[in-house]
Amino acid sequence: MDKILLAHGDGGLLTHRLIEEIFVREFGSDILGEMGDAAGIECGKKIAFATDSFVVSPIFFPGGDIGKLACAGTVNDLSVYGSKPRFLSVSFILEEGTPMEDLIKVARSLGETARFAGVKIAAGDTKVVEKGKGDKIYINTAGVGEMLDNFSQAHKIKTGDAIIVSGNIGDHGAAIISRRAGIDFESVIKSDCAPLNHIIVPLWEAYEGIRLMRDPTRGGVATTLKEIAMQASKDFLIYEELLPFDPQVRSAAEVLGLDPLYLANEGKFIAVVDAAIAGEVVNFIRRFPEGENAAVIGEVLEGRGDVKVKTPLGGTKLLDMLTGEQLPRIC
Amino acid sequence: MKLQEILNKYRKPDMGKRILKNLVPKLERINDRLGRKLNLMEVCGTHTVNISQTGIRDLLLPYVNLKSGPGCPVCVTDNREIDWMLALADIKGVIITTFGDMMRVPGSRGSLVEQKAAGADVRVVYSGLDAVKTALNNPEREVIFLGVGFETTVPTVAASLMEAETLGLENFSVFSAHKVVPPALRILLEDPEIKIDGLILPGHVSVILGRKAWDFLAEEYGCPSAVVGFEAVDILLGVNNLADQILQGKAEVANAYPRAVKEEGNKAAQELIDRYFTVTDAQWRGIGTIPQSGLELAGEFKKFNAKDRFHVSPGESRVPKGCACGDVLKGKIWPNQCPLFAGACTPTSPVGPCMVSSEGACAAYYRFHRNLKEGDLGG
Repeated sequence: MDKILLAHGDGGLLTHRLIEEIFVREFGSDILGEMGDAAGIECGKKIAFATDSFVVSPIFFPGGDIGKLACAGTVNDLSVYGSKPRFLSVSFILEEGTPMEDLIKVARSLGETARFAGVKIAAGDTKVVEKGKGDKIYINTAGVGEMLDNFSQAHKIKTGDAIIVSGNIGDHGAAIISRRAGIDFESVIKSDCAPLNHIIVPLWEAYEGIRLMRDPTRGGVATTLKEIAMQASKDFLIYEELLPFDPQVRSAAEVLGLDPLYLANEGKFIAVVDAAIAGEVVNFIRRFPEGENAAVIGEVLEGRGDVKVKTPLGGTKLLDMLTGEQLPRIC
Repeated sequence: MKLQEILNKYRKPDMGKRILKNLVPKLERINDRLGRKLNLMEVCGTHTVNISQTGIRDLLLPYVNLKSGPGCPVCVTDNREIDWMLALADIKGVIITTFGDMMRVPGSRGSLVEQKAAGADVRVVYSGLDAVKTALNNPEREVIFLGVGFETTVPTVAASLMEAETLGLENFSVFSAHKVVPPALRILLEDPEIKIDGLILPGHVSVILGRKAWDFLAEEYGCPSAVVGFEAVDILLGVNNLADQILQGKAEVANAYPRAVKEEGNKAAQELIDRYFTVTDAQWRGIGTIPQSGLELAGEFKKFNAKDRFHVSPGESRVPKGCACGDVLKGKIWPNQCPLFAGACTPTSPVGPCMVSSEGACAAYYRFHRNLKEGDLGG
């Protein structure tokens, strides 16, 4: 079977072949095909710019792979900020000896995800490191998007606003961890990894009352809520009973001693919106398969950045950022 | 019934709310009678966390002081033992295997995490058996397992010793900092400065020891006690049982967790402990030496004892200045009464182990109740 060789990263013939035969073909991008040192792109006046690196282990997991993740991650960052994702750059760091077949699968998946999301891959790079100095495939993506009129601004958050989560919490983290721990549940837990710009961009365009959106990746929903509350200088009150979980994810987290509120999500967003439009926004999100479990989970109170959780019994506790043991290489 | 269905039954908010409604007037009557707030103590890290997590601590705050005793094994591990573990990790070529909780616990000079970053081979495992596997896969290297835990954990470590024995492994050893719970409760009940009106006994430890093992609490100390499970309804039922005992002027050891805990406990697990370990005096952090409260490797199994195999010196142990972990562990002060709480000592830069372990009282108060003022918790 073909494997990645150090020579695939030397800038010579093999590098060229790799680019032409895998990346240009799988990404289906005319700009990339020009093979220039940079790409000239047309973009609106104000642009959003984001970057993210992906080192997830294993590179293939139920519900996705590192290629889909690398595309969706940056697309979602651009979208929740309040822009229409347009172009991506994709850089690979490959470990010598990685099966070529794995790279092709990852590139194909990244290309398919980009086409689904309507973003063009405009630039790329490939480096190869010696065996043992990396772990199969690492990817960095950067992306630009056209800024929309309305975009995420924490200072717009008002007391009385509603807090929405776009679906079940913790799926990606639970999928990776249960896969790594070798734990088999009744059915395989799938990562939620997906680009969401087809849901998020229309929301920004339709509702002025959306104050802020954010994707709860590493650190999970808990950490993201705390970050937003602190930036907005408001308290959040979350109702534990309203939090949507897949029962399998909840069980898996329990077996492994983890709180699903701190597990990573790769296909979810949190939105803080004017309470008057909360119902409409949730209904809109629920029309998409990626958002069928969307729910209002809480409200904004006067305060200074605490996230309070009302338990089903009626008691209150604080929700903090992730401070304990971090789970490495989740994305 | 599937596990999840069983657990859901004990999580039903309606059932919990009904118990609460009956419980609160009872607690009020007790407090009237006592002329102060009732003091109950749990001695299990899982109770510490779940009482906060379920909202019970917040709901019962006006009626009862739910204190956390020495129930988190990492928290009661003495500084000298941690220093010893750090010294073992310094030995060239050894692989240290440990539960994740120990990684960030600071000793007198650094922590395992820092040593790992400096090049020591420290690996997190989920059980002693994983450590045995590591030894099997690395026959040319010494593998040391850091054994920390109470009666719940010890049988699994004993099982790993059995496995190592069967496999004839010569490169596997255990550093035993294991402890047993009952003697620590005697120390607490004999301390005139600690006022405990009732004990919430650890469900997991009781699965191994059996309900009967706690009878001395009622017979010798007249302390109302209940073996309690871990779901919201379990905990409320346990507190309710203690309230009933106190109102009736009784002291017994009730089993409020009968779906898991038997009279005699788990005989097979007890035999495993007895075969591989022998009881010895042990140093508890902040409490001092407690007679017959530690476990070290017994007789012929001493060959697996890392302390004997590797002659390292832990050096002089220093307890960090200002750290009040000892008083927190005895329930003498609330975590937020420690001068270092949430200032010099936080989960990201912990000074004492009660802030490191996710089951430590300080970590739980930091995480769930940081907004409470010192006075909110009562005396």
